[in-house]
Amino acid sequence: MQTETKSDALEVKQWKTRRKGDLSIFDPTIIRRAIPDSFKKLDPRVQIKNPVMFVVEIGSVITTIEFVRLLFATPNAAFTRDQLTGETIFVLAVAIWLWFTIVFANFAEAMAEGRGKAQADTLRKARSTTMARRLTSRDRSGTVQEVAAPELRKGDLVLVEAGDVIPGDGDVMEGVASVDESAITGESAPVIRESGGDRSAVTGGTRVLSDWIVVQISANPGETFLDRMIALVEGAKRQKTPNEIALNILIASLTIIFVLVVASLEPFAIYSHGPVTVTTLIALLVCLIPTTIGGLLSSIGIAGMDRMVQRNVLAMSGRAVEAAGDVDVLLLDKTGTITLGNRQATRFVSLRGVGEREVAQAAMLSSLADETPEGRSIVALAKERYGFADEVDPSTTFIPFSATTRMSGVDLNGSTIRKGAGDSIATYVAEHGGANSDELNGIVNSIASAGSTPLVVAETEAHSNGIGEKARVLGVIELKDIVKGGMRARFDEMRSMGIRTIMITGDNPLTAAAIAKEAGVDDFLAQATPETKMKLIKEQQTGGRMVAMTGDGTNDAPALAQADVGVAMNTGTQAAKEAANMVDLDSNPTKLIEVVEVGKQLLITRGALTTFSIANDVAKYFAIIPAAFAVTYPQLNALNVMQLATPHSAVLSAVIFNALIIIALIPLALRGVKYRPIGAGPLLRRNLLIYGIGGIIIPFFGIKAIDLVLQILHLTL
Amino acid sequence: MPVSLNSVLQVLIFLVLVLLITKPMGLYLTRVFGGNHTWLSPVFVPIERLFYRLSGINPEEEQKWTGYVIAMLVFSVAGMLLLYVIERTQQWHGPLFNPQNFGPVEERLAFNTAASFTTNTNWQNYTGEQTMSYLTQMMGLVFHQFVSAATGIVLAVALTRGLARRSAQTLGNFWVDLTRAILYILLPISIMGALVYVSQGMIQNFNPYTVVHTLDGQTQLIAQGPVASMEIIKNLGTNGGGFFNANSAHPFENPNAFTNLIIMLTILTIPAGLFYMFGKMVGNTRQGWVLWAASAVLLIIGLAVIIPAEQSGNPLLAKVGANQHLSDTQAGGNMEGKEVRFGITDSGLFATITTDTSCGCVNSFHDSYTPLGGLVPLTNIALGEIVFGGTGSGLYGMLMFAIIAVFIAGLMVGRTPEYLGKKIERKEIMMAALALLILPASILGFSAVASVVPFGVSQLTNAGPHGLSEILYAYTSANGNNGSAFAGLSGNTPFYNWTLGFAMLIGRFAFLIPILAFGGSLVKKRVVPAGLGTFPTTGPLFVGLLIGVILIVGALTYFPAYALGPIVEHLLMQAGRTF
Repeated sequence: MQTETKSDALEVKQWKTRRKGDLSIFDPTIIRRAIPDSFKKLDPRVQIKNPVMFVVEIGSVITTIEFVRLLFATPNAAFTRDQLTGETIFVLAVAIWLWFTIVFANFAEAMAEGRGKAQADTLRKARSTTMARRLTSRDRSGTVQEVAAPELRKGDLVLVEAGDVIPGDGDVMEGVASVDESAITGESAPVIRESGGDRSAVTGGTRVLSDWIVVQISANPGETFLDRMIALVEGAKRQKTPNEIALNILIASLTIIFVLVVASLEPFAIYSHGPVTVTTLIALLVCLIPTTIGGLLSSIGIAGMDRMVQRNVLAMSGRAVEAAGDVDVLLLDKTGTITLGNRQATRFVSLRGVGEREVAQAAMLSSLADETPEGRSIVALAKERYGFADEVDPSTTFIPFSATTRMSGVDLNGSTIRKGAGDSIATYVAEHGGANSDELNGIVNSIASAGSTPLVVAETEAHSNGIGEKARVLGVIELKDIVKGGMRARFDEMRSMGIRTIMITGDNPLTAAAIAKEAGVDDFLAQATPETKMKLIKEQQTGGRMVAMTGDGTNDAPALAQADVGVAMNTGTQAAKEAANMVDLDSNPTKLIEVVEVGKQLLITRGALTTFSIANDVAKYFAIIPAAFAVTYPQLNALNVMQLATPHSAVLSAVIFNALIIIALIPLALRGVKYRPIGAGPLLRRNLLIYGIGGIIIPFFGIKAIDLVLQILHLTL
Repeated sequence: MPVSLNSVLQVLIFLVLVLLITKPMGLYLTRVFGGNHTWLSPVFVPIERLFYRLSGINPEEEQKWTGYVIAMLVFSVAGMLLLYVIERTQQWHGPLFNPQNFGPVEERLAFNTAASFTTNTNWQNYTGEQTMSYLTQMMGLVFHQFVSAATGIVLAVALTRGLARRSAQTLGNFWVDLTRAILYILLPISIMGALVYVSQGMIQNFNPYTVVHTLDGQTQLIAQGPVASMEIIKNLGTNGGGFFNANSAHPFENPNAFTNLIIMLTILTIPAGLFYMFGKMVGNTRQGWVLWAASAVLLIIGLAVIIPAEQSGNPLLAKVGANQHLSDTQAGGNMEGKEVRFGITDSGLFATITTDTSCGCVNSFHDSYTPLGGLVPLTNIALGEIVFGGTGSGLYGMLMFAIIAVFIAGLMVGRTPEYLGKKIERKEIMMAALALLILPASILGFSAVASVVPFGVSQLTNAGPHGLSEILYAYTSANGNNGSAFAGLSGNTPFYNWTLGFAMLIGRFAFLIPILAFGGSLVKKRVVPAGLGTFPTTGPLFVGLLIGVILIVGALTYFPAYALGPIVEHLLMQAGRTF
């Protein structure tokens, strides 16, 4: 009993979301690691995966070659030594800044990866090789064989005792133990793991603190949860997500258009008797192609995964994070998510002709083996009110709750007691020769409409003549539900994000409606079974909606797999974790809401930087076009609205701006654009203003400022 | 202020008339392509059925996008060959249909013309009244003016179905849509319109050309022909290829201000109606009005540049004492290449509309516009003729920009971008990007070659930036399937006949295939119900965004080229140099 209470306390505690990995964006160790990485990534085999930056790299190579050519060129009448020197320095400056552009983009990616790597290092420490004690049977007194953890295969049974590290992922087959899972979750308080039920899963690398358990290994080495987690946070097997691919196609097309624009400019320039130098053309090209988003796109994706990890959520794929942003419907379990976990028995109501004590006793008897918090609260209430003893008749058979009959109870010598929802008991009573009274309906409805849960208690006794049996309803237990604070505000927020919330509960429709109303959810599914839950998900999906849900039990697994975003609780069963595409290490069902926000943030950041990147081009034209044709058409200087000092400084300022803006936007790419739940229209207006209009205006000032600095430093060439 | 109140009022009245036409036309189009009963059904249903029976078409059988594209391509290739054959056999057309006894059209010119009319471009490297027999004009050219317009319309309808239908496979039946477009829409309006034109003095005959002796003793040959029947479909179908070389500046093709108004209205009738039809078919007319509003704003922006630019005239002429002021007795401004019947406003309005759409007929000569004035038609075409646009091509071109706008900015509301509830994913963005890539690639590619090869530059009448504008205009017009010309370029050379011909074919078909593939991919998708989190595509914000994307994407693509063409020419003119 004591351990159970402790684990309850734990659950309540874990509802608070913790952020882990309190690494600041610019953590010195990460930066130290990122700098050499950003140069290593200059390898063309790496760059070719990113078409935009690959074009920049080709441009850098060409300008570098051009610089070398000029270095060995000899001056002539048309091109004096001074002009040649000026041009050579200019080409060198452009080449250097083009290389920097790539290095900066690489740096952004390395920074994003670095954060993951730091987390992976911590996780790896937990994976240190341990010895395992393999058993031949579930009996722990049987033969024990010492083997190294990596030799364990799926299906092996191992004994883990206090102080041991659990050698691999698995399910507890025997025993109860408290386990320290801080290596995985960062949570220092131990959790309870026991055989059977929804708390049987253990993770390799965690440590048993007290007692012992027999674990059946469920993953081969290299496929364990820890291994997958390391791979995920490190981004080792990162694949581009669907939206990222689509965006890549768009920016690659824009790049092709700008290659054409710049390539066709040279013939037009030749026609105009003023050919443009290859350096200026490449500078123009690099400024026009969307290098900002091209350079930061992968960092945004990695950072999105990382933000999930910071919230202690492990997304199995980037696709799942993206899908979270698209969610239209949230299915939330009432218990634990909307209400404060456990319903408590508060009252016994007896029917006419039955004593309240009789109801309480029957209720207690039927709940003695019921280890759910509700069951325990019934026993506790009955003992408190009437001082019943704990003794149980050895002939008693406990009937556990089943999802199909939706009843539990006890078979005593000659009589049976059942408790359950009103309608299931009504069916039971009718089947066993009893009659249902209107009085019962009245009590049930009044309790239900108040938002509490009525549990009806009935008993069946054999007829005195020994033929047949007679069932009768004794009374009702009132279980009270308490809605968590602040839920209404969160649901209002969801609604303004355009997301419908549906509460899932096993309660009858009346109770469900009352709690739904109190909590402020949009809809509810009452008397939910795994089948009706599945049906609801499929219905929503057929209507074109994306569905997210949380779950922990094995019977949730099919629904978790069907949902577009399925978040399994870390305390849940292995089956649930396998079926889900995210695992919440905090096992906090409310986390789903944050998961959606992270998903949206990821998409918004991509959109904002794409818009910004394209809008930037306007100013760059006004810098470079007049400069490129300064000799042929001095009149075009009318377009030099920024009044940049010289043609060379104009081109150079644009190129420098283009490189520096990548560095300037790294924090935004890694942190993400803040999501505001204000509805799509206002959000779009706001972001268009900042990143669209802002994106047009900012570079005018930025380029001008760089030009002024170049003038002050006498570098206008 | 160079613009008069009279000018503003003319523009406003015109826009109101377009607004009034939009809804009735749109409703009619919706009924026709929905297969519903219309007031013309009693007459046309039997004819329609007869056609299907004769050609073995099952009107109930719909096609996937691939089937639709193949049918369209087969039909277009066959039509192009037919026109080529008609052109090459003029010597046998007989005295009734070829009273002037024109010989066969030269091979390359015949190819160029066949490509031109098949693609709804109507670029004319020939002088109509000196080259084409009446048979060629009526059966060859006018035939294509009907079917190429109908092809554009049905492709827009097919794409609309792709957006409107849910979890479907097919986009409609090309043959049925084509038949209905011609029978129910183009033919009835053309018959009525041609009669109105004849009443205004437009000619319609098979007479040999009239020889007249002028007062100063010269002889003059006045061309005749079936003009009114061509004139109506030329504009209704946004074709633009005139009977005469002077096009709508010729008194027989555009006798007075009233016919001028009718011409401008007929150009916009179907494109504007298609926007309404689009909204109706996707179940929310506001979706159509948004595109309409974006078009109207872009139209007004164009007018706000071209009319003041033309009305201000040429500063160099003002310097030498020419009076270019607007007064009761003169139009003022730059009247070079413009008809005094129409003046600055109606010429500027006409030039804007004809290039906003893929029409390309002219009542004034764009080559003679001031540099900034000439920039407007050029930009209109380069943006893809999406300001109401061509018959059908306007709608699908505008939709591609809408998709790009939704994709870029749509992410900023934190969802996978969706348009009309359909998610825009990898395949859709690839097709939209491909469609948008093809036009600039072809325009800039061909122009770049023509501006440096000797046989490209040698055909220019003007040097310097104006010459570059002429080359850019020619390929822009060909790719955009507009057909209007900066007439300074003599296009009837082997180089230009071939390259312009291919540019027209690329501009039409290479552009269309990704668009229908896009429709074919969308038609299969489910529709996400709209909610508070949905990207709003019906408000003024989206109109602004759409215009912004069109202008920025367009500006980014063409700004460098235009800087060396019209923009620098304008700056040089201010500085006292012309070309």
